[in-house]
Amino acid sequence: MGFWQIINEKGWYFLTSLLGGWPATVTVAVGSLVFALFIGLIIALLRLSNWRVLRILSTAYVEIFRGTPALVQLFVIYFGLPDVGLEPSPFQAAIIGLGLNGAAYMSEIYRAGIESIHRGQMEAALTLGMTPIRAMRYVVLPQALRTMLPPITSFAIVLLKDTSLVFAVGVVEIMALTRNLVTETLQSAPIYIMAGLLYLCMTIPLSRFAARLERQRQAWQ
Amino acid sequence: MIKRSSETGDNQPLLKIDNLQKKFGDLVVLDGIDLEVHRGEKVSIIGPSGSGKTTLLRCINYLEKPSGGHIHIDGMLIGEKQINGKYVHLSDRELAEERRGIGFVFQRFNLFPHLTALGNVTIAPQKVLGLTRDEAERRGRDMLTKVGLGHKIDEYPERLSGGQQQRVAIARVLAMQPKLMLFDEATSALDPELIGEVLRVMRQLADEGSTMVIVTHEIQFAGEVSDRVIFMDHGKIVEQGPPRDVLFNPQQPRTREFLQHIQER
Repeated sequence: MGFWQIINEKGWYFLTSLLGGWPATVTVAVGSLVFALFIGLIIALLRLSNWRVLRILSTAYVEIFRGTPALVQLFVIYFGLPDVGLEPSPFQAAIIGLGLNGAAYMSEIYRAGIESIHRGQMEAALTLGMTPIRAMRYVVLPQALRTMLPPITSFAIVLLKDTSLVFAVGVVEIMALTRNLVTETLQSAPIYIMAGLLYLCMTIPLSRFAARLERQRQAWQ
Repeated sequence: MIKRSSETGDNQPLLKIDNLQKKFGDLVVLDGIDLEVHRGEKVSIIGPSGSGKTTLLRCINYLEKPSGGHIHIDGMLIGEKQINGKYVHLSDRELAEERRGIGFVFQRFNLFPHLTALGNVTIAPQKVLGLTRDEAERRGRDMLTKVGLGHKIDEYPERLSGGQQQRVAIARVLAMQPKLMLFDEATSALDPELIGEVLRVMRQLADEGSTMVIVTHEIQFAGEVSDRVIFMDHGKIVEQGPPRDVLFNPQQPRTREFLQHIQER
């Protein structure tokens, strides 16, 4: 059967099958994004700390998680943690794994955002009697967030695509269903292309949103 | 035993600096500064660029950590404490508490661009002093009206002129009711036609009895407002005294040379 004939006859079946993985994809993406946003901020603040030990430890974290494949990290969490008495479910392993990996990248986004704020802002806050933590919370971070929103949105797009790895630890998301469908029907190209299109349907709106935020950021600056 | 205070009594200076030193690497920026400022006194510090004037101000509120010497404000040691005879730096929280009593006005205003004028003035009273929002806003409106900007409370800094921004910065400091106000070349970043409005506010504060240490290039203003003028060069106090002496009858050749150079411009 030709490509278009397959699409014509079986396209709807492929689409509805793959859409079954959409909730899991979104759940892992949102869960790991929240994880990365939270842990990434902590790592960034540790990297900016006056304490050398904290800076060294947080730098090591970033180097390790950015320097090793996300897939390896997922395997270590899912297959390795049971050896120390912890048994994460596939979903837990996926969210923790992508979250820890994403935190390393997010910490760099936070750090760049915080460092882009003029030092005078922190100094003014300190001279008003704020502690460095209060100054960060009420003065620096609110300003840095505006400049960070475009790269955070771009990072969210990357994270969404990375969810395609978590089939390897047993999560039944779009990629897992894609592989199952290919095995079932032996039709590779149409199914993989359809899976790609599904991801595009999610990433394109995010890209447009990121571009809009970037324009707003430039106008604000 | 933890010791924070030195002298007590009505005659003690509000600000007392003993043998203050500051180095950046091998570069000596402050070379043994001794200074006392009494309550209500207005002290102007003049001198060439690089003489250490700004660094002195920044050391007073510990934006820069001194390399040596000690600072007392109202009898309390600033930035450090004595434990069993040894000097130990304060924690961030302790330092923040000390800074509440010291107002600092920057050359480049350093307003918070994400807050309105009122927001800039109320954020510290709310988050640091614990005032309620209503109390902070009442105080904030009063301070902004005092500096002539009661009609600009809802404007963001980007919509204000340089002179207005600096006046908001002064109001922001006043809202914390500091014992001591430090001005670091408060008019140097302003267009000439905007300088007057800021100097007017500073003159008003001086007339009201604020204790002020003013680093400035405005020699005429220093002469009109100050009780004492200090000339600094190469990290040292070269000469100090009443304005009529230092500005019009300087004893030190370096002071004369500097003032002559200013007049020739």
